[in-house]
Amino acid sequence: MVTLRSLPPESPEASDAPQLEIRRQSDNALTLYLSGPWLLREAVPSVTLVKEALEAGGRVRRILIDAGGVTGWDTALPVFLRAVVALAAEGGAHIDGSRLDEGVRKLLQLAAAVPPRQAATPRARPGLRIRTGEAAIRAWKRTAAFVVFLGEVVLSVGALLSGRAAYRPVDFGLVLQETGPRALGIVSLISFLVGLILAFVGAIQLARFGAQIYIADLVGLAMAREMGPMMAGIVMAGRTGAAFAAQLGTMQVNQEIDALKTLGISPVEFLVLPRIMALVLMMPLLTLYADLVGIGGGLTVSVSLFDLTLPQYWQETVAALTLTQFVIGLGKSVVYGAIVAVAGCAAGIRASGSASAVGEAATSAVVSGIVAIIVADGIFAVVLNALDL
Amino acid sequence: MPSISDAQNPAQGCWIVPSTSADEVHVQVDGLTMAYGDFVVMRDLNFVVRRGDIFIIMGGSGCGKSTLMRHLIGLKRPAAGKVLIGGASLWETEGEERDALLRRLGVMYQSGALWSSLTLAENIGLPLEQFTDLSAAAIREVAAYKLALVGLAGFEDYYPSEISGGMQKRAGVARAMALDPEILFFDEPSAGLDPVSARRLDDLILELRESLRTTMIVVTHELASLMGIGTNSVYLDVETRTQIALGRPRGLLEGCRDAKVQAFLTRGGQAAPAGPTERANGEAG
Repeated sequence: MVTLRSLPPESPEASDAPQLEIRRQSDNALTLYLSGPWLLREAVPSVTLVKEALEAGGRVRRILIDAGGVTGWDTALPVFLRAVVALAAEGGAHIDGSRLDEGVRKLLQLAAAVPPRQAATPRARPGLRIRTGEAAIRAWKRTAAFVVFLGEVVLSVGALLSGRAAYRPVDFGLVLQETGPRALGIVSLISFLVGLILAFVGAIQLARFGAQIYIADLVGLAMAREMGPMMAGIVMAGRTGAAFAAQLGTMQVNQEIDALKTLGISPVEFLVLPRIMALVLMMPLLTLYADLVGIGGGLTVSVSLFDLTLPQYWQETVAALTLTQFVIGLGKSVVYGAIVAVAGCAAGIRASGSASAVGEAATSAVVSGIVAIIVADGIFAVVLNALDL
Repeated sequence: MPSISDAQNPAQGCWIVPSTSADEVHVQVDGLTMAYGDFVVMRDLNFVVRRGDIFIIMGGSGCGKSTLMRHLIGLKRPAAGKVLIGGASLWETEGEERDALLRRLGVMYQSGALWSSLTLAENIGLPLEQFTDLSAAAIREVAAYKLALVGLAGFEDYYPSEISGGMQKRAGVARAMALDPEILFFDEPSAGLDPVSARRLDDLILELRESLRTTMIVVTHELASLMGIGTNSVYLDVETRTQIALGRPRGLLEGCRDAKVQAFLTRGGQAAPAGPTERANGEAG
């Protein structure tokens, strides 16, 4: 007779720790004596002890489980017994659980009632080649879907121009309010600070030549041509683009977009179009505002720290800025507005499945919006240079 | 047979003392008034849930069933009165003590409320990871066992969005059971399920209660379900804004003469199986 135990059975602390004693009754029968509290918070004996006992002697045909000494149990007991059952099934042994608590037996039966789904279990990570290929296919599909989305947007603009677009003016008004007036605070703060920073950076260099007066040129030109539209675009990508993606993404997850489609209402006309229009209309206004606030920031620094007077600064700014500079800035802002709105709405419409998809959509809207703005700015720089503007 | 005592409130409703009244009180609701701001949802709720009960919270749509559940599990603070779990109130304990009390409760939310960024095994493993010292392998084994209990063996590595609504509900049950709670709450377990799946979930509730002696509190208005599994219940009335019946659902069907309760328990008419025509004839409620 072979005896294996996890703990000596007669030790004094026997009663307050879960114990497993394994006895080989005859050549082909094993008895497991379980005692003590079999609780998750205790260190429950490992099932490998049973495994070793099974392998130690001849082939076991019958395993008797005696849990008479168990003082209390929770999930730990059925989990252990399930592992024993699995071991027994592997070795072709029969389990005798007649001495088990009624509740435990029922739980084990319940857990075994539905056979595990076979195909489901091993989901190995595919190799690098397969993953690369799958990523490429996904990227291609996403690009194709984006092109389709852009096409739909263009068609809906056509519908809008011919007066057939199905959207509610009330919604359009709400989006206008949200994208325009409500953004003034953050746009003011950012552009004021940008103007201020530009003035500082420039002034330190220009002051060495006694040419502080040119701070006005620097700030004015930079704000009107570059920083005004760029900063407004980035703020709107973070603020409004993310909001669009989250709104449409949630609607997509809740099947609200499906509900529109089944009514024969194009979600692009109904939801996307008003958002794009609102942003394209509001962005130039916000940019113009940002330009002025930014120039104000530069003015504040120059007058308070670099001995310029207000009329000097004003005159220099007016001389430096031509209408062309403003028009370039405003033209950019229209493009950036469209970029932010399209990136936000496309990410939202693409979302599917669950709450985390909404988060991903918002992230993707902001990231792709900002990247696209910077890329577009690069293209503007090259083109404007070629045109000598 | 349940005894009927109309003496407690002869004017409205009926109180039918359930047969399992010898067991220890597990949850006690004492003069509970629920309100959102100034709007009172329900007032003067008084009932006890005994250990091992399957207690049904029933009532028409919008009467505050789910709100009551939110009070029982400590998500909403009572406007007046108390909810005692094993004698302790969630609003009179703090810190560790409150957490320990909360861990005695398991909740299955209406649509599963599984964390969508985690696999099923991780969903069940998260509470174990947070509140036990088990190793990762042991946690996975426990998760596999809990999933097997609800008939989802082999789905450990699936994300919630990859399985059907019924499976999500069952996975929600598995997660609710992760820490071996004493009291399990179910919010509309059969809503949105086909009859067979709904029945299977009911059977699961019965079996779990039988083998674990868990107290179950079920919010539902599915007649077949509540008649089949309920050992005690409370009926919330939307008009009077309070409970108007208390007792075993079957007992209420036989013994409660209140028109509203009868209408609810018979789907608005006398004859139970109501096709469109029978329903039109049987507008007795």
